[in-house]
Amino acid sequence: MKRDDPGKGDRHLLPTGPDGCFAQKVPVPVSRAKLRWIEEPKLGPAGRTYLPLFLGGLTTTLRHLLGRKVTVQSPEERYSPPDPLIYRGVHRLNRDAEGRVKCVACFLCATACPAHCIDIVAAESPWPDREKYPQTFNIDELRCIFCGMCEEACPVDAIELTSLYDLSGKSREEMIFDKAKLLGIYDMTKDAEPMRSSRNGG
Amino acid sequence: MPTLETLVKIALLIAGLMTAAAYLVLVERWVAAWIQDRLGPNRVGIPLTKVRLFGLGQPIADGVKFLSKEECTPAYVDRLLYFLAPIIMFVAAMAAFAVVPIGSVLPIDVEIDGTTRPIELVVAPGVDVGTVFVFAAGSIAVFGVLLGGWASNNKYSLLGGLRSGAQLLSYELPLGLGILGVVMVAGSLRLETIITQQAQSGVWNAAIEPLGLLVFFVAGFAESGRLPFDLAEAEQELVGGYHTEYGGIKLLLILVTEFLHMFIASFMIVILFFGGWHLWGLTGSGSEVTWPVAIIRVLVLLGKVLLTILFFMVARWSWPRFRFDQLMTMAWKVLLPLGLVNLLTLAVWVEYGDRVSRAMGLPPLAVMAVCGWIVLIVAWAVLAWALPNTTDNRPRRESAGEL
Repeated sequence: MKRDDPGKGDRHLLPTGPDGCFAQKVPVPVSRAKLRWIEEPKLGPAGRTYLPLFLGGLTTTLRHLLGRKVTVQSPEERYSPPDPLIYRGVHRLNRDAEGRVKCVACFLCATACPAHCIDIVAAESPWPDREKYPQTFNIDELRCIFCGMCEEACPVDAIELTSLYDLSGKSREEMIFDKAKLLGIYDMTKDAEPMRSSRNGG
Repeated sequence: MPTLETLVKIALLIAGLMTAAAYLVLVERWVAAWIQDRLGPNRVGIPLTKVRLFGLGQPIADGVKFLSKEECTPAYVDRLLYFLAPIIMFVAAMAAFAVVPIGSVLPIDVEIDGTTRPIELVVAPGVDVGTVFVFAAGSIAVFGVLLGGWASNNKYSLLGGLRSGAQLLSYELPLGLGILGVVMVAGSLRLETIITQQAQSGVWNAAIEPLGLLVFFVAGFAESGRLPFDLAEAEQELVGGYHTEYGGIKLLLILVTEFLHMFIASFMIVILFFGGWHLWGLTGSGSEVTWPVAIIRVLVLLGKVLLTILFFMVARWSWPRFRFDQLMTMAWKVLLPLGLVNLLTLAVWVEYGDRVSRAMGLPPLAVMAVCGWIVLIVAWAVLAWALPNTTDNRPRRESAGEL
């Protein structure tokens, strides 16, 4: 392609600024004809008196001054997410119908995790219906960015994000959740937030 | 010799101003929160109890926090100027209040130097150049801003100080023009006389010279450096401007000074244009007062000041900040001509108003009020027509050069 041809392939090149800000050694291949100058819209007679802006700003602030407030008085009041099933809060590890951990230690969540906060040690499964199970399953909640990709990646719907949002602790160690704790969160939240899928014996 | 009376007044004034500043910070935070659909500080009440009192204990907590902060001085600052800047600003702002009346008089006679007179509710009563004094003291603030910006040895502070210096100096002019009209009508620079004149005629200066009020109001806003004129601080791009490098008690002094500037602007707006302590049918207008009247006058004045301050606070969230060229255009191309037109109108009226209105058989102040409003509307319309109708300050297409 010829360099001075202002074709589609050159659209990513910026034109040189009039003040030389983007000045480059090579001529920028944008023809003058293709440049479009965007002018600021002209103010009308009303706009030039500044009065509509003046009144508009004042009425907006006064409306909000007297309007309904959105503050939630935590901790006396609790914020409840509009749809807890899609809220991305603290993780839980689901149990199957027999009360066993559903996870099959496939490492898909740990692989998908952009923050590398999931650490799984797999072991041979004691149960006949799967080959592996997680011997340990740790999530560092301080590293987690609550993106929900582990949940997306899980092929057996074992890991899910709950609507618990006020996560706090007194030490870093305390914030690394192990398998027992994650299963405990399932026991705590299973009534309010049923499992999203009933597949795989859920 | 400072008399006991003066010392008591000074003590009351300082205590009152500091308390007012502390609580108006709370009010400002409330107003800001309400406008943003929040509730604002409502937790801190009486310390060590569960009593919340709608957050009225917040200023105490704020004060303790500020005082207990680490006293930290950045390396490479110009130490003398760095420490001097907040002190200069604070002292100058406090000094301005020496001549500001907080009411009229108390019905107690005191004898000083052989003459008997009632106690006036102003630290320095009878200063004939009161108006000039307030603005002389107020404009010293620019020293603090420039010194603070320079001494901090920080580019952002310096830029903030420069911007602020240019802004404060530019807006001194329209501010002065706004006062001149009032002074011309009252025939005196004494703030007490200006109030008395409005009280006795029963017509506030706001009614007879709305153009002067407009100029003074906008310039007063700009002088106090609050949004939409806060280019000095410009939190978004200058990280606090000239006081970026200040912390702890020094920052507290600077912030209190900014509130004091807002107080001074509000007091001057109320005193010069809204009749000071005067309210029709409630306060009377004479110099002989009883206790209830004296107290009502104080409350009326403070109430008006509070309303003005509330307007300052609402205005902060209502309009976007000006760009610097717009700010300068506003001072030199809008307010300065408007102020001159106002001055000219009043000068003509002071010279010929009585004769003309007597010839027409109308009360002079009514004629003046009508003239004032006509002048305001005409001048505003002419300016709106004359100013460029875009705010675009990019290079024009023609001058953009070859690409």
